[in-house]
Amino acid sequence: MSAPARQLDARKGDIVENPYLPYPVRIDDIITETEDKNLKTFRFVFINPEDEEKFAYMPGQFAELSVTGKGEIPIGIASSPTEKGFIKFTVNKVGLVSSYLHSMKAGDVMGVRGPLGNSYPWETLKGKNVVIIGGGFAFTTLRSSIIYMLENRDQFGQIHVIYGARTPGMLLYDQELKAWEARDDMNMHITVDGTDDPNWKYNVGFVPTITEQKAPPADEDTYAIICGPPIMIKFTQPVLDNLGYGHERIIMSLENRMKCGIGMCGRCNIGKDFVCKDGPVFTLAQLNTMPKEY
Amino acid sequence: MQEYTDKIRQIARRLLEEGTVDMVIGFRKGSMPIMNEPCMVRRPQDVDQLVWDSNCGINLANYLTDRKEKIGVVAKGCDSRNIVTHIIENKIDRDQLHIIGVPCGAMIDKRKIASLVEGEITDVTETEAGKVIVKGEGFEKSFDKAEVLQENCAICIHRNPVVHDEMVAEPVEEQTDVDRYADIREIEAMSDAERKAFFDDLYKECIRCYACRNACPLCYCPTCFVDESRPQWVGKGQNENDIRTFHFLRAYHCAGRCTDCGACERACPVGIKVRMLTKKLEKDCKELFDWEAGISLENRPPLDAYRPNDPDEFIK
Amino acid sequence: MTFVKIDQKKWAEGVSALKKGYQVFGPVKEGKDHEFRKLSGDQMPEMDYGNTRLSPKAAIYPQSEVMFTYTTDERKDDHHILKEPERDETPKAVIGIRPCDAFSFLLVKKNFDTPEYKDPFWLRAYDATTFVGYGCDDPCSSCFCTSAGSGPFDEKGLDVLLVDHEDGYLAKVLTEKGKALTEKAGWTQAFDAGQAEKVFGEKAATAEGKFESQISTDRLADIPSMDLYDAPFWEDIAFSCINCGTCTYLCPTCWCFDIQDECRGCDGVRMRNWDSCMSSLFTLHGSGHNPRGDKVSRVRQRFMHKLKYYVDKYGDGIQCVGCGRCVRKCPVNIDIRKVCEMMNQYDPEAQNECACPTT
Repeated sequence: MSAPARQLDARKGDIVENPYLPYPVRIDDIITETEDKNLKTFRFVFINPEDEEKFAYMPGQFAELSVTGKGEIPIGIASSPTEKGFIKFTVNKVGLVSSYLHSMKAGDVMGVRGPLGNSYPWETLKGKNVVIIGGGFAFTTLRSSIIYMLENRDQFGQIHVIYGARTPGMLLYDQELKAWEARDDMNMHITVDGTDDPNWKYNVGFVPTITEQKAPPADEDTYAIICGPPIMIKFTQPVLDNLGYGHERIIMSLENRMKCGIGMCGRCNIGKDFVCKDGPVFTLAQLNTMPKEY
Repeated sequence: MQEYTDKIRQIARRLLEEGTVDMVIGFRKGSMPIMNEPCMVRRPQDVDQLVWDSNCGINLANYLTDRKEKIGVVAKGCDSRNIVTHIIENKIDRDQLHIIGVPCGAMIDKRKIASLVEGEITDVTETEAGKVIVKGEGFEKSFDKAEVLQENCAICIHRNPVVHDEMVAEPVEEQTDVDRYADIREIEAMSDAERKAFFDDLYKECIRCYACRNACPLCYCPTCFVDESRPQWVGKGQNENDIRTFHFLRAYHCAGRCTDCGACERACPVGIKVRMLTKKLEKDCKELFDWEAGISLENRPPLDAYRPNDPDEFIK
Repeated sequence: MTFVKIDQKKWAEGVSALKKGYQVFGPVKEGKDHEFRKLSGDQMPEMDYGNTRLSPKAAIYPQSEVMFTYTTDERKDDHHILKEPERDETPKAVIGIRPCDAFSFLLVKKNFDTPEYKDPFWLRAYDATTFVGYGCDDPCSSCFCTSAGSGPFDEKGLDVLLVDHEDGYLAKVLTEKGKALTEKAGWTQAFDAGQAEKVFGEKAATAEGKFESQISTDRLADIPSMDLYDAPFWEDIAFSCINCGTCTYLCPTCWCFDIQDECRGCDGVRMRNWDSCMSSLFTLHGSGHNPRGDKVSRVRQRFMHKLKYYVDKYGDGIQCVGCGRCVRKCPVNIDIRKVCEMMNQYDPEAQNECACPTT
């Protein structure tokens, strides 16, 4: 055999994992989350049990959900690594893949490729107060983070969560929200833009307003994680500025169109960084030095 | 050509100084032989970059789509016809435009010149006597301009702008004794098998970059059908049926609208004769509806209007 | 390092011999231009060429490539499970590649071979390929490889370098892969090294002396990225662009791709196709928002990627080898040499001063 062929064999040994190959999963359960039925949470179990171990993730990471014949979509992981035996994703019905996914049933086979991207900076957050600010359907990796922190409660200081949606029926994970509201080891502030429900017993008001009222004062030991629609972020950031949060302690998770998820296909870059590989989590201090291409 | 250039600069300077327009769109000297670059001039002191010669083949109507400013635009015959089409299709408003009409002396074809010489071309100049002097490493050749015209220019019958606010020079004489469709008739005369072979060969080098589409002033759809994902009309790979579907459908979208400006062929990086399809549709529109695109602001295009006496023999 | 002499007869015999162990790619004349194609039967590389119209990147990285196959037929046990298709793993030899194009693979490798992830499709093909370069005696006037980290006789990324010599070639065997290839081809007639070095040196010096075109890149790393991003020249540079993407398709260093699923009946493929940052679809979000929705931002992205982001990310020059294809083929004559000059010369502070007198 010629030398080039030997080289090839050697290389085959190097590339044991094909980073484009999804783990096969089975849809275990589907929950319709919101009253407009545009958000569903999918619970997947790995068809090959050993894949669960390979899919070791931290809150803030995402994965490519793979539907044969349609393609892949990058979705934040909504389950927490402390939840074993399954992974969860909440998917908004937007394009080709997500619309098809919404028509699938429990028992169907598809793929999950990941975990991808960085995560929230859990090493930095150890021992710190954490304020989570979320809006609309961008609450998925925040759910993962809350569950993770509550399971490791002694590793964190105060935990505040401010989460809002347009109406009560548009809030994700409503049973969990109510359970968190009842806990005394965290401060949960649920809000809606408006409601005509006379029994609504939580806040009414936009997320920036509630943040202004409920967020703890800024100090060296307090970090804010913000995830939400651009309009919410636009108006929440000045509130945090007024409260004195330094931009290196404001943590954000970005979205961009993605395909490969591993920093190779070239489309999700912001300057020299890729949202898929160097992000999706960046501090505001980092984003201040980058083009606004997201 | 220098008179044209001087006159264009003079008009552009006046329009910008008077504030008649916010910008003038024209050409500036390119960095490569036989190439000029479309440019936009906003300040009177910058008008001296504007030029005119036989390397201004790019259709400037393509740069007007959906713009909001008041624009002075340099327009030869085909540009003006595409401007008319743009106005009819509401892609620009007539009141936004000050059309600087250029009677066109036809454009020279860089591929044709390259095919007539061996070696790299480093300089091409044109003499007042209608000669094109081509220089390269170790050679200098002279051609009659008529030998090296873009194919669409050689058979053009609308060299003068059909609409303008002022002219750079007196109109040139229009060509009347040209056979626009000799090549199309040859294709029409082919057997099915021959025609299939012809089209297979025509598109075999397509790399689906869509330069032809992007260069075309008619192709302004916000999302082209080839880019749609719901539904996905064509596959995205190099399947030959997908490639043909793109070319055939794009041509159909241009039926009754194409002015044969040649932008598609100029832009194609692999030299596909894209006009072989659009010209067939142009010929059909001429024969069936006595229609030429972009001649008048008053008449609706044939595929955009119903007339009781429209021919229908081709519908079977 | 060894040198071998190949006369015309040996050349033809050698290429034929190589076809028995390699998939051989070489320049072939098609119409007026040359392209790299897989050589079939008794086809020989046509070495009398300046540069190919498309870059040879497709030999490693096809424009459209099947990554996985699957069935959607739920009666089958493995329905919806992706599998890698069988591949032709015969080694490849790319013969007659210009040094600039060979160098481009080293740049592209930085993207596909990272500490965190390896792209198996690209890397397998790359590792299985032997690059036989062909020194460039007559660079085009729009070539600028000598100021883009390469040169007409550059050896980076090559396994063998050929130069014209008498009625055939002299080959400089640069790597073990190159040695294996020349042995397989029967190109074993040793040539005196001292004499050969002299031939190579003289040829390189002659060719380098012919370059008319240069770019300056010395300041690119030092100018802050956001200053370049916000520079006032982008609107003017981008004005003529029709976002056709020709530059990206022809470029040997453009590596971006799209991933698409396609099915015929129940047989599906997941494939990747070259993609282009010139396309608005490249970055369009599902919501309709587009972070690079206008052409100015897309044109800026292309040049910033090649001449700034890449420079900052890898600290190893620009993402351009100076082959000049984009300069020659741009339908509206946007010229990367001019853009590079504007970027490299840019002085944000002078810009501020410049703006002042009008206020």
